[in-house]
Amino acid sequence: MIDAYWLPVIFAGLMALSILVYAMLDGYDLGVGILMPLHKDEEPTRDIMIASIGPFWDANETWLVLAVGLLLIAFPSAYNQLFYYLYIPTIVMLIGLVLRGVAFDFRAKAAVSYKLIWDYCFRAGSLLTSLAQGYMLGMYVMGFNTDPSSIMFCLLSALGVTAAYCYIGAAWLIIKTEDQLQHRAVRWAILCGRVTFIGVVAVCIVNLWVNPEVYSRWFTFPLVMFVLLLPALCMTAFFANDFLLKKLPLTNDRLNWLPFVITAVIFMGCFCGLAFSFYPEIFPGKLTIWQAASAPESLRFILVGALIVIPVILAYTFFAYKVFHGKATALRYH
Amino acid sequence: MLEGLVVSGVDTLATLGTSTTAHSDTLFLSRIQFALNISFHILFPTITIALCWILFYFKLRFNLSNNPIWMRAYRFWVKVFALSFALGVVSGVTMSFQFGTNWPGYMATVGNIAGPLLGYEVLTAFFLEATFLGIMLFGVNRVSNRLHTFATAVVAIGTTLSAFWILALNSWMHTPAGFEMRDGVAHATSWWDIIFNPSFMHRLTHVLIASGLTSSFLVAGLSAYRILKGDTKRAPKLALHTAIVLAGILAPLQIFVGDLHGLNSFENQPAKISAIEGVWHTEQGAPLLLFALPNEQTQRNDWAVGIPKLASLILTHDAQGEIKGLDTFDGNHPPVAPVFWSFRIMVATGMLMLASAWLGCFYLARKKPFPRLYLKAMVGLTFSGWVATLAGWYVTEIGRQPWLVTGILKTQDAVTNLPAGNVQFSLTVYAVTYAVLLLAYIHTLKVMANKAVNVEEFETHNPSADGNLTNLPTEGEQK
Ligand code: HDD
Ligand code: HEM
Ligand code: HEM
Repeated sequence: MIDAYWLPVIFAGLMALSILVYAMLDGYDLGVGILMPLHKDEEPTRDIMIASIGPFWDANETWLVLAVGLLLIAFPSAYNQLFYYLYIPTIVMLIGLVLRGVAFDFRAKAAVSYKLIWDYCFRAGSLLTSLAQGYMLGMYVMGFNTDPSSIMFCLLSALGVTAAYCYIGAAWLIIKTEDQLQHRAVRWAILCGRVTFIGVVAVCIVNLWVNPEVYSRWFTFPLVMFVLLLPALCMTAFFANDFLLKKLPLTNDRLNWLPFVITAVIFMGCFCGLAFSFYPEIFPGKLTIWQAASAPESLRFILVGALIVIPVILAYTFFAYKVFHGKATALRYH
Repeated sequence: MLEGLVVSGVDTLATLGTSTTAHSDTLFLSRIQFALNISFHILFPTITIALCWILFYFKLRFNLSNNPIWMRAYRFWVKVFALSFALGVVSGVTMSFQFGTNWPGYMATVGNIAGPLLGYEVLTAFFLEATFLGIMLFGVNRVSNRLHTFATAVVAIGTTLSAFWILALNSWMHTPAGFEMRDGVAHATSWWDIIFNPSFMHRLTHVLIASGLTSSFLVAGLSAYRILKGDTKRAPKLALHTAIVLAGILAPLQIFVGDLHGLNSFENQPAKISAIEGVWHTEQGAPLLLFALPNEQTQRNDWAVGIPKLASLILTHDAQGEIKGLDTFDGNHPPVAPVFWSFRIMVATGMLMLASAWLGCFYLARKKPFPRLYLKAMVGLTFSGWVATLAGWYVTEIGRQPWLVTGILKTQDAVTNLPAGNVQFSLTVYAVTYAVLLLAYIHTLKVMANKAVNVEEFETHNPSADGNLTNLPTEGEQK
């Protein structure tokens, strides 16, 4: 039987996994939403962009529900306290998610004259969501302080996360689109990649600067040799992707999937770095995962289910992506 | 309003969610906000749970008969389904943040029980629905017909499973079982008893049938609207017939199950039943009140009109049976008027549903066409399911007050102690968003029905070459 030491560790791992998967998957569809051009004449472009995420966004968003669910299941007191401090950004994010989720359906069904309005909602919702998430990340790193410099940092982090989502969104579009739109996606990816790079570097520096524990954790010998591999990996990935993107698209659309994979690697690297900075604290400076954990009998009950169900979820998610592989087609009727 | 928005300092943490510091404005606003959010949310699950089974039925009939009319019905209703589902998803995501944002005492006290039940809902239901929904809506030409039918069934199973888990939790809050309290925190002792708590099966059945009725009347109402607008195609007729027969079966069942549900609550939550019946002081041979104005001040009913002894007869099967008065619960009884009235609205709607569905069945059995007046009445009843469902939830939930979890946790002890300004801000934002969305939803249903009127019965070209079922035909396609 798994004991009270390992249960919280396992659940922290599962939670981290679902946050990471969420950031990559919902990240790309939020990014596509933010990149969507809103000019009247660009309706066909918008149709294709939305078609490229149509079958996936709902399942992508469910990873957020799972992440929150795991926080609530495994670390109820952390859940309570986090949302106490994150109240306003959470509401903003939720409104963003609501707008985006419904605009997706309304745009296709409402009277034609409203379509553009829903497209505006779609883009605004995507933008609000990612800004709010970035802001929350910033607050977390800054220990929920609300002095002006912390707020500045949160704003920076909001922009950084938004740029990162656009980055992975553009990479997704490179896979799913052709011709002119694909060329635009490549340009978007290059630009967003550079902005993301600056954002990541800034977040890292500030994190080390304001959190002495984090600093000492990263720069303790001999661990330093090993952990610094992570930033090095991210750095290489950024440059490689920039280099690659300038060459795309290649003949026969070769390697169209590679920017997405590299971006995903960058997401993973940054996420691991962040996790390493705080683990095993779940509420920085206040609660470790053991202090926040719920009762072992509850964790065991849900763990059995999770271990059976999560592989099944992954299997049918892969299946769904297989069904919808290939280029997104515009919404054709003839 | 803005001054309260910014929360500062980690020092307030210690007092988080304790009743002594809970701000009464925050409590009040949080309650309104919770009620608003869940009321908005439940509108859409009540449609999607059963509508998906109806779609599955259409698809099966198509597969068996190869009659394209069934597929036409499927294609129209799957769009309504997709739209309702989207609204259900986004409002549901909001719900899962509610506990943390506004009710920290809830997770702190019963998190050990609520957590896993919510977790199983996400794991077994949400992913299933969300993933197969993509195939159901966009995959007709990408997967085999059989797999597409399968995807429809899986989504239906998913929505039903999600009702199963969330109602297990909700019922546990009404009639907790299978746990013990240690240091003021609930710990599970038997998961079986927790899930199959005393009111669970009643509530699950009642809610699933409620969903069936809500969808039936929605399908019937919109189809009747199309026919009244001059739609002579066969698909809306078929849908109308299906819906009326389904409602004709479910309406009496619902009344029967509702009665059992009431008996169950009489045993487990007597204060709720006393409020439903408006019994202030213990009575033998209590009347069934048809109308009354419960008066909290004088502790009696004004203008009461009732059928003598019937309430006692229904609840205790004895005309002289005793119903405990609200005064015997030491002040721990729910507010009477909203419970009393919601109950009557629900039951009246149920009776109306029974009458209209059976009248429709009568016309069908006689093979008579529906009179226009009847069709108009059905249009009027399009959203009757929403009325009854909301009323029903208000009975149950307000009837549970002042408890959040019966006998364990009071609502006032669970609330956050955020500044009221924060909650005021969020409540305003939610209220505006939901009002707009509700209008847009109803308006869009009308637009969809109107557009469908003008589409030809069988297009010469394939309307969804890319397998996307969610879009309306463009203008060019109409005749
Ligand atoms: C009787 C049924 C019922 C009730 C009482 C509730 N729900 Fe619900 N919920 C559903 C039935 C449902 C559903 C039918 O399964 C939905 C509607 C549309 C959908 O996608 O699934 C759903 C969606 C849904 C989602 C989105 C799932 C996704 O991303 O696909 C979340 C997070 C919740 N709900 C959470 C809640 C919470 C926290 C509730 C209570 C406090 C709640 N629901 C009450
Ligand atoms: C979907 C159907 C539901 C509806 C329409 C509904 C409606 C309501 C209403 C109107 C109240 C306010 C009672 C009052 O304060 O007088 C309430 C309270 C509450 N309900 Fe429900 N409820 C539903 C399902 C649930 C479920 C499934 C849960 C938990 C998992 C839940 C948890 C709560 C909580 C935490 C409160 C206390 C907050 C409050 O008093 O507003 N409810 N609900
Ligand atoms: C006409 C006869 C009906 C009777 C006698 C009846 C009875 C009841 C009772 C006693 C409750 C409260 C349960 C509790 O004590 O917690 C309830 C709740 C509820 N009712 Fe009804 N009901 C009827 C019709 C309907 C109809 C037609 C609908 C919807 C279409 C509906 C939907 C609900 C819902 C959603 C709830 C809340 C969930 C629950 O606790 O089951 N009811 N009903």
